[in-house]
Amino acid sequence: MQRSTGAQEYNGEHMISVISDVKNILLVGVGGQGIVLAADVLSQVLVSAEYDVKMSEIHGMSQRGGSVNTMVRFGSKVFSPLIDKAKAEYILAFEQLEALRWSDYLKPGGVFIMNTQKIEPLPVLLGKARYPQNIDELIRGKGINLLAVDADSLAEEAGSKKAANIVLLGCLAALMPIDRGVWYAAIERRVPPKTVDINKRAFDIGYDLTSKPAFIV
Amino acid sequence: MKVLLSGNEAIAHGAYVAGVTMATGYPGTPSTEILETIVKYDEIEAAWAPNEKVALEVAIGASLAGSRALVTMKHVGLNVAADPLFTLAYTGVNGGLVIVSADDPGMHSSQNEQDNRNYAKAAKIPMLEPSDSQDAVLLIDEAFNISEIFDTPVILRTTTRVNHSKSLVEVDVERVRKEETYEKNPQKYVMIPAHAKSRREVVENRLNALSEFAEQFRGNRVEWGNRHIGFITSGVSYQYVKEAFPDASVLKLTMTYPLPRKLITDFIEQVEQAIVVEELDPFIEEQIKIWGLSVSGKRFIPAIGELNPDIIRGSLADKEDDALEESEALDIELPGRPPMLCPGCPHRGVLYTLNKLKLVVTGDIGCYTLGVLPPLEAMDTCICMGASIGNATGFQKATGRKDVVAVLGDSTFVHSGITPLIDAVYNRGFTTVIILDNRTTAMTGRQDHPGTGKTLKGYDGPPLDLEMIVRATGIQSVKVIDPYDLKVVKEAIKEETAKDEPSVIIFRRACLLVERPNTKPFMVTGACNGCKACVKLGCPAISWKEKRAQIDPEICSGCEVCVQVCKKDAVVEYAKVDRGAGI
Repeated sequence: MQRSTGAQEYNGEHMISVISDVKNILLVGVGGQGIVLAADVLSQVLVSAEYDVKMSEIHGMSQRGGSVNTMVRFGSKVFSPLIDKAKAEYILAFEQLEALRWSDYLKPGGVFIMNTQKIEPLPVLLGKARYPQNIDELIRGKGINLLAVDADSLAEEAGSKKAANIVLLGCLAALMPIDRGVWYAAIERRVPPKTVDINKRAFDIGYDLTSKPAFIV
Repeated sequence: MKVLLSGNEAIAHGAYVAGVTMATGYPGTPSTEILETIVKYDEIEAAWAPNEKVALEVAIGASLAGSRALVTMKHVGLNVAADPLFTLAYTGVNGGLVIVSADDPGMHSSQNEQDNRNYAKAAKIPMLEPSDSQDAVLLIDEAFNISEIFDTPVILRTTTRVNHSKSLVEVDVERVRKEETYEKNPQKYVMIPAHAKSRREVVENRLNALSEFAEQFRGNRVEWGNRHIGFITSGVSYQYVKEAFPDASVLKLTMTYPLPRKLITDFIEQVEQAIVVEELDPFIEEQIKIWGLSVSGKRFIPAIGELNPDIIRGSLADKEDDALEESEALDIELPGRPPMLCPGCPHRGVLYTLNKLKLVVTGDIGCYTLGVLPPLEAMDTCICMGASIGNATGFQKATGRKDVVAVLGDSTFVHSGITPLIDAVYNRGFTTVIILDNRTTAMTGRQDHPGTGKTLKGYDGPPLDLEMIVRATGIQSVKVIDPYDLKVVKEAIKEETAKDEPSVIIFRRACLLVERPNTKPFMVTGACNGCKACVKLGCPAISWKEKRAQIDPEICSGCEVCVQVCKKDAVVEYAKVDRGAGI
């Protein structure tokens, strides 16, 4: 696949319009859940697969337990780093309330993977607001094909609860047309050396979960 | 080789390639990672300055000596550095000098949404705007060339979505080497009125020459599509326009001051309708209208907040048959997720006490500003870096009230808290200034500063002695207190606010993200009577469940602040409780 960036097309007199082949992946959750690391691995995999890639993330206040979203877009030519509403082919939610908050971003027929972990925001901790009940049903009620995964427990099986982000990444990876080895290589490059084995195991657990025939997209 | 880089990483790489030898700045989202990336290059002297004004002044010195110098800051930082900037426009440079102004449309982490493109116009200096990371690398190089050819500082203006988005960049480029020479030239560099008057004309002539250059500049280019609508755009807005209207004609401007009049005129004449798409102010639009050309922009495109392809499509929906699909809204209201002070944050106990004592708190810029939110609600003002002390002095003098305290962090105090403290003493104020000294610049990701003594390059020098600085201003009463000890915190604040003279309390304890104390998690026992005293600390580890408090041992830091507010002794060390015994 051809890659190019806008800045190198200074001499482009006439742009021929083509139907965009760009795909969108939205990763949402709470600061501290390893979303940026997961998005880094994902983006690196997409770069290795020769796609043009853009990734947008918001730092700053989100470092203090705020809502975090990372947008990854890939295809033969990507312009905007942002995903528009109802345009994400995949949503990877690391936390239930954030899953619900961002569910409008899924494209009809898209894939929605949600970690069942709940992290209560300040208004709920203070008893001033209620954490929504039955979030999985609320999301499914919108006609969304939701895969709810207890990634924290699965990560513990792999050796560390901290690898929940990589379990979820494994779930996503099995649904994408990229070899497992490319993912392994990206994980090896990005995670701390001591945790490579745990993270690869976590990745496999997620991967095997969604590559089963029971989960057909 | 192509690699995925954020805009900030790309700027750092571009600066290395451009032969920069001096890089200075003050941390500020979304600019911080530029210097944090540049520090890895041994050939570049990279440094955090105490504030943006000093950063620019150091860079000016390096430039006059013949080096290429880069200065980085967030948009409001340029307000602080504006004083040297406007006169630097007169002196010009020797080695190239580029100022990165990282604006924050949408105010993801800023106190205002100012559009710093106006600074280029006001200071009469050229400005470039990248659209993505590859642009950033190319434009940094262009910026240094323009700076040296036209003898001018150059602003590279970015926005959050450029700084923090990653895209592919070609990185195999060799570093430029530059000979450094300095020749004494007071007519050019000593801005006494007589010299400044002659430089004033140089500035105007330079602007004319730059306008000519803008016509030929390869970064300003037309991408022809259908001629029904022609978009004039720059920065990340270019990407949104290409996404929303892939078939339209686009004039992409990367040099947005001064603007290329002929290029723009020709473009407008060749399309049926020209629309400027720009975030924030109608900066480009106004200039085009001054030339008497027919163009629209803010009539459709919002002037507040960030843009995105959906907003642009929606704004122009009447023009194109491309109505927005409205997605189904949720029928339940979701609780928000505001950022919070971390478990064990040393600021928490002080903010809690300020709230309890019902004091007027003039606040400042830093993590502690989160103390404005419930349940702490311990902040009355937040204007800009260092404003807390002057605000407190003014409030007190206007009202005669003693129950006013200024609250600011250690890095903020060094940035711009010292001069207002001098004012408080000199002008016979009686304010109590609280310095929350957590030994770092926490909010922007834990950068060192003069108070820690450690430099960006890792040199461990003598830390600035805050107590001595405070005493040197004439303050008689300086206390240094551990903010974890609530009783002492409360006594100190009560004692100092009662005085008829200005005083300073330094609450000193390192940010937990810098230095983790060897403490154990706590838990709530059955002795809890549900009084909610601990819940009112707003600690992420404490929650309110079935009319009782709970502590999450996985995130509890063991700071013991909640232990001190519990009247029932219901908070105990997790490891010491035999949980099998059914408490």
